[in-house]
Amino acid sequence: MSNLWSWFIIAGTIVSLIACFWLVAYANKQRASDAEIAESESHVWDENIRELNNPLPMWWLWLFVGTIIWSGAYLIYYPGLGGFGGVGDWSQEKQYSDEVAAAEAQYGPMFAAFGAMEITELANNADALKIGASLYQNYCSQCHGSTAQGARGFPNLTDDDWLYGGDPAQIEVSIVAGRTGVMPPLNAVFGSDEAIDEMVRYVQNMADGMDTSSPAHTKYMQLCVACHGPDGRGMQALGAPNLVDDIWLYGSSPTQIRKSIVEGRNGAMPAHGDLIGNDRAHILAAYVYSLSN
Amino acid sequence: MKHEKIEKNINLMMVLIVVAISIGGLIEIIPLMLSSDATEPYEGITPYPALQLAGRDIYVREGCYVCHSQQIRPFRSETERYGPYSVAGEFVYDRPFQFGSKRTGPDLARVGKRYSDDWHRIHMVNPRDVVPESNMPGYPWLATAEVDGDLMSRKLRALQILGDPYTDEEVAGAAAAVAGKTELDALVAYLQNLGTVRSAR
Repeated sequence: MSNLWSWFIIAGTIVSLIACFWLVAYANKQRASDAEIAESESHVWDENIRELNNPLPMWWLWLFVGTIIWSGAYLIYYPGLGGFGGVGDWSQEKQYSDEVAAAEAQYGPMFAAFGAMEITELANNADALKIGASLYQNYCSQCHGSTAQGARGFPNLTDDDWLYGGDPAQIEVSIVAGRTGVMPPLNAVFGSDEAIDEMVRYVQNMADGMDTSSPAHTKYMQLCVACHGPDGRGMQALGAPNLVDDIWLYGSSPTQIRKSIVEGRNGAMPAHGDLIGNDRAHILAAYVYSLSN
Repeated sequence: MKHEKIEKNINLMMVLIVVAISIGGLIEIIPLMLSSDATEPYEGITPYPALQLAGRDIYVREGCYVCHSQQIRPFRSETERYGPYSVAGEFVYDRPFQFGSKRTGPDLARVGKRYSDDWHRIHMVNPRDVVPESNMPGYPWLATAEVDGDLMSRKLRALQILGDPYTDEEVAGAAAAVAGKTELDALVAYLQNLGTVRSAR
């Protein structure tokens, strides 16, 4: 703020305060004259209530004076008068950084201690899991659900099926750096609706054994094998789902399988490292690990 | 001056009331309008691209601000949950800003990149598909309504006249940038960008 505007605020504020004080003093001086009292004889209610210009009650005026004194003290201690920062050296930023520093001093060593422990060890530590559960509700439950059982398109974290691997290190990578799974749209490759239907049937029944006589099998071996593997068990390095179990990330209905093939899928887990920091991510990984171990 | 003169002359009273209120306004508002903290963009903040601007207008139209705030206050309890507190320079291209006043839902000032695009799409059409406990209404019509490209280029032009630093190419390309996009695309683009400039602790 420039000096000029600072003085503009200071002058305006002080003049307003003085004006308030003057108004209170002025209102206190007014007394009803004899002529007014005489005139008011014609307006008497309930025997003795008259309409007169008498001063406000003293206790009430003193409240006014009190607020003026309070504002003066406030403006001396806190920032408010233009560029003057106040003798209390208070600022919003400082109050915030003090609060954070105090919390860091209190909780920092605890988080650091947990951050240095092995995830498998943390997963058996009741305190760490309590913190993990609360972190989970805050940062993860919107997609994976408050019970961690996921939703369509968002993996269940309580089962043994892992898109990117369920060992502690992989879980931590998923949380810190995020994941991006891409199933490309294959509509153009098939040429005909019948061929797509054939593929949908093939994929839906893969768990019962791959039907090598189906024309879709040939297509599978050309188009799908690179990610989902020759045995259909998927590939954790790419996050390609296992197609021969009975867990379906996007649903097992022909409509959903068809949608996956025709339009593709873009399953994304956002990176949380910058947001929550490595120690919290570590505790969170232990909590997620504990859900299925 | 006797106060009867003011009390018995309504026109004089009106003038004096306006003068009294204006003094407070002038002292509080004018210096802020000229303060660089409030008028210069925070580092990295740029005017909304056409698609995000369309999304912002949908945000306003659907009344998202009634239940969601976009202002993280400088308290640890807020920054732990949402990310760094908001600063004035982040809102210089918001006309008007969407601070909101009430949190029935969570604050959205740093919602960008917190969830996947897919999540937003499912959530906007029917929130209970991803958050069973949610009491947010669904907005399924956004998925089929298209963004009006002609309107967007005129909006960018208007903002350019108001001083937002859009280039002439951006204004000319606004219609093309939103061609074929649904309102849901626009809203998700807007949400995914919210607060991303100042997201890391």
